[in-house]
Order: sequence, then structure tokens, then C-alpha cells
Amino acid sequence: MSLPVPPLLTYTVRRVVQAIPIIILIMVGSFLLIKLAPGDTVDALVGDMGGADPAFVARLRAEYGLDESVMVQLWRYMLKLAQFDFGWSYVYEQPVITVLMSRLGNTMLLMVSSLMVAFTFGVTLGAIAAKRAYSWTDNMISTLGLVFYAMPSFFLSLLLILIFSVKLGWLPVGGIRTIGAFKTGWADVADVARHLVMPTAALSLIYLAFYMRLMRTSVLEVMDLDFVRTARAKGAGGARLMFHHVMRNALLPVVTLLGLQFSTVLGGSVIIETIFSLPGIGQLAYTSVVKRDLNTLMGIIAISSIIVVIVNVVTDLVYAWLDPRIELK
Amino acid sequence: MRGMRGRLLLLGGALCMVAAAAQAEDVKRGGTAVIHMVSEQGVLNPALRASTGVYQISGKFMEPLIDKSYDGYVGVLATEWSSSADGKAITFKLREGVNWHDGKPFTCDDVAFSAMNLWKKLLNYSTTLQANLEAVDCPNPHTAVFKYSKPMPLELLVAAMPDLGHPVPKHLYEGTDILKNPYNQKPVGTGPFKFVEYKRGEYLIAERNKDYWRGKQYPYLDRVIWRFIPDKAAAAAALEAGEIHESGFNGISMEDMVRLGKDPRFDVGPKGFENNVAHSTVEFNLRNPILADIRVRQAIYHALDIDFALKTIMRGYGKPGRGPIPSAAGANYTDDVTTYAYDLDKAKALLDEAGYKPDANGVRFKLKHRPAPWGEYTQLWGEYYAQALKKIGINVELVTNDAPGFLNGVYRDHDFDTANGWHQFRADPAVSTTVWLRSGAPVGTAWSNQFGYKSDKMDSLIDAAAAELDPAKRADLYHQIQKLEMTDLPVIFAIEHPFLGITSKKLKNHHNTPRWDSSSWYDLWLDQ
Repeated sequence: MSLPVPPLLTYTVRRVVQAIPIIILIMVGSFLLIKLAPGDTVDALVGDMGGADPAFVARLRAEYGLDESVMVQLWRYMLKLAQFDFGWSYVYEQPVITVLMSRLGNTMLLMVSSLMVAFTFGVTLGAIAAKRAYSWTDNMISTLGLVFYAMPSFFLSLLLILIFSVKLGWLPVGGIRTIGAFKTGWADVADVARHLVMPTAALSLIYLAFYMRLMRTSVLEVMDLDFVRTARAKGAGGARLMFHHVMRNALLPVVTLLGLQFSTVLGGSVIIETIFSLPGIGQLAYTSVVKRDLNTLMGIIAISSIIVVIVNVVTDLVYAWLDPRIELK
Repeated sequence: MRGMRGRLLLLGGALCMVAAAAQAEDVKRGGTAVIHMVSEQGVLNPALRASTGVYQISGKFMEPLIDKSYDGYVGVLATEWSSSADGKAITFKLREGVNWHDGKPFTCDDVAFSAMNLWKKLLNYSTTLQANLEAVDCPNPHTAVFKYSKPMPLELLVAAMPDLGHPVPKHLYEGTDILKNPYNQKPVGTGPFKFVEYKRGEYLIAERNKDYWRGKQYPYLDRVIWRFIPDKAAAAAALEAGEIHESGFNGISMEDMVRLGKDPRFDVGPKGFENNVAHSTVEFNLRNPILADIRVRQAIYHALDIDFALKTIMRGYGKPGRGPIPSAAGANYTDDVTTYAYDLDKAKALLDEAGYKPDANGVRFKLKHRPAPWGEYTQLWGEYYAQALKKIGINVELVTNDAPGFLNGVYRDHDFDTANGWHQFRADPAVSTTVWLRSGAPVGTAWSNQFGYKSDKMDSLIDAAAAELDPAKRADLYHQIQKLEMTDLPVIFAIEHPFLGITSKKLKNHHNTPRWDSSSWYDLWLDQ
């Protein structure tokens, strides 16, 4: 008798295997795209230093392997990547994996906290707005959502800094910890949390508006459906009707958006991390482009594509859980 | 109230002398100075990377043989210097009783090793400066004799030493791959502060060196922390919130600089950056036949309202340029050169004379212009340039790139008609200025002759000046170079400007040398 393989597992494994050629394609494409940009990391370095003599420049190029043709460089890079070696960052003078790992935690923290805040508040406010559609409450929530959605994140960030750091002095301007305070244990956790308040608020307010609008429409739509009427006729009322019948069904499109947006939040964190000088992947990506730090940039792309693939798989699994009609094949 | 404050200020002025004498007693020890840095630094070894970004940090750990003060050059790790009559042997007496941070003594061996293996072979700008260096002899542990195959002007070497004369500890570098040596990221020097930790993208911490050679009382600070904040607006907010004490080299936007300059909590200005003046330029591509005509270049110079640009872009911090050598260069500078006053009619007449009459739309010709991405000054100066030229019938198309794109477009591909950037002066014209005007540099070298400018007279003047030992004759040669450049005009050195810094008044003894941000800060203290 052979052990039955749970469909969940086969599905997950198949999706992961399918993802490998996609990731390889992304890596080759990005490598060539980056190579299309004029100049390399040595040019960026020389620009930073305010000039250097030709011998110095030629020596650095040879040292970094930039004197080879693009195809040779690509082949070498992919060979190393196949052995999970991300190479050396010439800007940070550290292995890329060290640079990435020291930043990944901060970015994940920022992403997860902002998405959680955005999702929770967005869904709640959206549901409230739908429940009291076209009332004074609905109008206020909708207008606020529009304002947050329309406001550029850099502007919102600087506004928050101006109010809460410069004028009120409640929150630190940037960074992830108080430098030189050397806090440990819960004091350290509290310190990090204090530093994350503004970046999380700035990043989540924009996405919050998305969820809110979508949830409102979705709830309004579901409330008119037959099964809701049936439920109401059966005597289900108030909270039970809302949570058990309406919201569960209305959540489907919102979850789709959540999965899709995981990748855009990664992009949005570039601005937020740069303004709040949070040492995360977004800020790293920005400086890596400016400094043409190819290895680091490719490492970031690899990690990001892996994250997005994982999130997509998880989103599909959540679908199946929310709506039993969807089968995992 | 106003009158009262005026009198108090007068009284303060009169008491200045007394205060200076009493200052030593007022010094408060301890505390942490927090400094803003815009960009990350990969290599922290000033003997491998000649760059102010590196010195700003490494200057606290590693000291040069000679530094620059407002009273001239002062010995740091060297105490005396002299040259042989033929200029081929330069002797440095080295300071005794100086230890590296790991306790090993600093001797001539370190200097000889650094000079031969790093300064001559690996350090940008220095490889050219030290090209004729043949050997460094150590007759005793505290005397270093630099032997050159061709005469080396003592004046030039001394002027270059604050930036290009940092010894590294031989015992940590000998027999290793110097470029990959781990101490390039955790420097060991002789300076007043020791390296503690560098958290990439966040901060770098330095702590007090208890065994500093200037005496037990130095340095006054317990720690220096650099914070890396890439966003200039956020850096200004951090200054206002009191989280950082200083930001140098135009680390915040000019708008914030002017605004916070009115705030009584800050000192704002160019003091302490005199060693790092730069020119805002307009660079011509002489391969373009239109620009090869000297009258066109003169017309463009006449069309630029330098005073207007100075006031609006640099907010008055700067002065009109007078050729490749800035007024900060002292004796090597002259203002006795041809100048080109703002005169639109003259500019138009020159263009007419050159045969470029305006068409029906008032356009004479078009230029492709690349502004350098070195920050606010170069960006705004490029935009001003385009506006100014429109007034004399020249249409300018701006092509914006980031640093690698700009350097390649201008220096390697020569894909530009005009460009603007800045040119930083490095203590002596022979270090990095004249290479810009001399022909013969390989194509693609940044800050070398991208104009396609070739003048035998200029080349021979440059070579003669670099080998001239007599300071007076040397200065005369540099004056001639300046005059020739101002008549040939391969590039317009439009505005000479220092960098600006902003400092919290809590910091005392700040910006008291002309290259303060790069110096060791042994006498800096915090009033808190």
C-alpha cells in the first residue's frame, strides 16, 4: 500500500519546479538589461573619487573581471549562481550574500508590518463603509482613502518626519535603532518598533486605500447575492451575516490584490527606506543601481523573484482555503 | 533690547583674546559627535582611495605626514622636511614616540613600504605624482629619504601630502594582497580615534584612542559616529531634530542650508572647506566644428551672467572663476587674465561674425549638453546655461545621466557638444588640474582632456611647471598656463566655489583648519 501524497504537497512542489526556469529567465534578462546601462561600477567609483589615472582604472577593471565580454561575464555569473554563490560586492567590499542577509530582515519587517496594517485597516474600513454605504461615515472614509492614495509616498514621509520628529520630537527621524545606545532584549525591540512607526505608516497608508476601495465594492456586490438573502431569511443577522457570509466571500478579490501587491510593496519600499535611511533591500537596490554594483543588484533581483514566487504559491493556497470550489491541480 | 545685544556683542569681541586663553579650561571632555554622511564608503584606506568621502572617516584613524592649517603646512607624522639642491632627494624627519593602534611603533619602514607599494602603485592621483619615485631610504627609524629619478618640487610634494601622504602599518600589510587586505575596511592608524564597527548602510563607530601621541588629554570626545543618510531632506530633518551634529560637503540642499543658516542653533558656511574648492564649468567638445571656432566659445562666455548664477544657485557662496587655478591656490593664482563680461550684444555680434546667423525662428544652431550629476550645483548650473544660451539664439538640448552614464558619454564616447560639471582643485595645480588641459591622456580617463584640446605651448608649459624647483618660477609658469587657458578657452571655469557645511553650535573647535572634515578632530569637543 503506497502512502497517499496530499494534493497540497504535489501542487506546491510542481509550482516550485515550474518557477525555476522563470527565475533563470529573469536573471539572464536582468543581467543583460543592467549591462545596457552606460558605464560600470568602476566608472561610478571613479566619479565618487573625483577622478583617477588610467592605470588605476584599468587595474580595477581587470580585478573586477569587467574587461571580459558581456557573454563571458554572464556565463561566469550564471555558473556561480548555480552553486548559490552570489559573488562579491565591490561597493561594500563584502560577499553579496552577507550584504543581502543583513538587510533582508529589515525589509521583510517593514513589508509585513505595513501590509498587515494596510490589510487589517483597509478591510475593516471598507466593510464599515459598505455597511453604511452612501452615509456620512462612508463619504468620510472614502475621501480619506482618496487623499492617502493620491499623496506621493515621499511627500507623506517628509510630512510625517516634519510633524513627529522635527516639531513634536516624538519619533526618531530615521534608522532602525538608536545608534550607540546598545540596547538589548525588550528595550531593543521597543527601540526598533519606535523607529518603524513612521515608515510603516507611510508605506501602509497608500496600500490601505487600495484594500479599502476594493473591500467596499466587493462587500456591496456580495450583499446583493442570493445566498446572503437566504442567510438573512434563515434568521442570520448582524455580525454573523457580515463575518460568516459576506466578508468571507468578499475577501477573495482582496487576497488576489494582496498577493499581487507584495511585489509592488517591495518596489515602494525603495523610496521609504531611502528617506528613512532604513538599511533594507529597497535602499540597497537604489544605491546598487547608482553605483552599478552588478553582483548586489543581481542578488536582490534573485531574492525578490524567489519571494514573489513563494507569495504567489501561498496566495493560491489561501484561495483554496477561502473558497472550497477552487481545486488545487 | 537690540542695542543691548549690540553692546554685548562688542564686549564679546573685546573679550575674545581672553576667552581664547581661557578656552583650554572650559573644554568639556566626553560625549559622542554624530556626523552625517551621504554615501557609503567601501574602502576606508586613504592610501588606496584619494577621495574626500574616504578622508572624512579615515582621517580620524589614519594621519598624514603633513596637514594643512590656516597658518600653512604643519607636520603630523613628519616633523621636518627638506630637499636636496637637485630636487632628487627629499628628506622627512618622522615623529618619535608614535604608536599604531595595535601598539607597534610607527617608523620609517612603514613610510617606505606605503610609499613604494601603495602611493606609487595603487593610489589614484598619487601614481602620477610619484611616477619618478625610485626608492625610499631609511638611514634611521625616524628619517625617510624619498629618491626621485627626476627633480621633484618640494612645494608640490608638501602640498600633496595632506591628501596623498597617509602611511599604513607595514606589519599588517606586508606579504598580503593589499587590495583585499581586511584592514582596508577596519583601519589601523595612529590617529586620535580607533575603529570599532561599521554597519553597512547604517553607521560607523569610532572610539577614543587612549594612547594618542599628542597627549593623554586628547582627543576630547569619547566617540564619533557617522550616520549614512542618503536623502538630503531627511538629513536636514535629522539636524533640526538634534540627531546629528554636522553635515559637510553640501550634504543637505541649498534651500535647507539657507533656512537653517538663520537658525541660531547652527553654524553654516564655507569655513573649513578652503582646501576643497571646485570650479563649476562649461566644457566644449572641440571636435564639433562650430565649437572649434574660438569666437563661438567667447560668445558663449559673454552670454553667461555669472553674478546672477552665483547669487541664485550658490546663494552668494563663491566668486567668478579666472581660469584653471582657483584663488585658493595662493601664489600660483593670478587674476591678471583675459575676462569675458556679461554682454549679450557682444555675444550676438561674435556669433554673426563667425557666420552663424539666426534663422526665421531666431535659432542659430543646436547643442547637445550633458550636465554632470554631481548634485544641486551642477544640475542647476546646467539648466541656467541652457536658458542663458537661448537668449543668444542657441538651442540647448539637455541630456541627463547618472554618474557612470555621464562619465562614459563625455570622457569615453565624446558624445556631447557641451557639458558642465565641476573640477576639484587638489592643493597644487600639478596634482589634478593640469592633466585636464594636457593632451595625450588615454581616451576614457575621467577628468582628463575630453575637449580634444591640443596646444603644444600648453603641453610644454605644463611639463616645465611640473619639474620646476624654484617656487617663484613655478608660480610664473602657472600664471602663464592660466592666461593661455583664458584665451584658448577649451573650457570655461565659470565659478569658483567652496563646499558648504552645517554644524550644530554644540560642537566646539569645529572647522578650524582648511580641510577640517578630513582632519583628525583631536581637539573637537561637545558642549552638552
